[in-house]
Amino acid sequence: MRKAPPTPTGCALWRPQLKTWQTLTASHAAIALYPWRRIDPIPWAELARPLSESRVALVTSAGLYRPGVDQPFVKSLGGDTSHRVIPDDVDLQSLAIGQTSDAFDRAPMQADRNMGLPLDRLHELVSAGVVGSAAPRHVSINGSILAPGRLVRDTGPRVADVLRADQVDAALFVPV
Amino acid sequence: MCTQSVGLLAGALEERGITTVCIALVRRIAERVRPPRALAVPFAFGAALGRANDAACQLRVIVQALRLLSRPGPPPVLADLEA
Repeated sequence: MRKAPPTPTGCALWRPQLKTWQTLTASHAAIALYPWRRIDPIPWAELARPLSESRVALVTSAGLYRPGVDQPFVKSLGGDTSHRVIPDDVDLQSLAIGQTSDAFDRAPMQADRNMGLPLDRLHELVSAGVVGSAAPRHVSINGSILAPGRLVRDTGPRVADVLRADQVDAALFVPV
Repeated sequence: MCTQSVGLLAGALEERGITTVCIALVRRIAERVRPPRALAVPFAFGAALGRANDAACQLRVIVQALRLLSRPGPPPVLADLEA
């Protein structure tokens, strides 16, 4: 006697589990096999003063930019390694989300830009005395970069120049 | 890819004397890239600080990350978000 094929109900229940498993397996394999660029040797800069006296900048990979002021990030071979400077007193929720990748959920940041650039949280920590001061300028990059050589070689020095000009002690990096 | 990008850029800034800490959405990528300091979080892509419009949740992540700035080396310093 031949077996009955799975009922539609059974398939409907099983397919999402298969999809999840396939996604997890694929992502684990991709992480294991991908030629991640390794920092070696690892540089180390001690915090020069207590956090409560330090000036802190934020760096986001969300591709946030000021519409009408900054150029949007663009899709390009290897990725757009340019950066945008975001003033500390910007209207946070007015920033556009310019990340060129679609491999993340935009909804949290659409609802609350602090999820990419937590300026309100930084200001609260300054008010509470946990952080000395907020940098006058923060930095936004488009984190979807497949060829990171330019990011290290070109963007790194440029962003460092911005933060050093503002006498920044420490930077908090927020990916998406 | 963002976890690699922020890690590499953090390394480039650290080379130039700026102390850095990264939030890492994928611990295994942070282990491979090796930024100087990173806090691994168990959140989805697009939600590195946990939940939108939840200041307490976001602060919990940020404060734990900022605490790593004062942690002694040697690098890499890679910690997990505590409950």
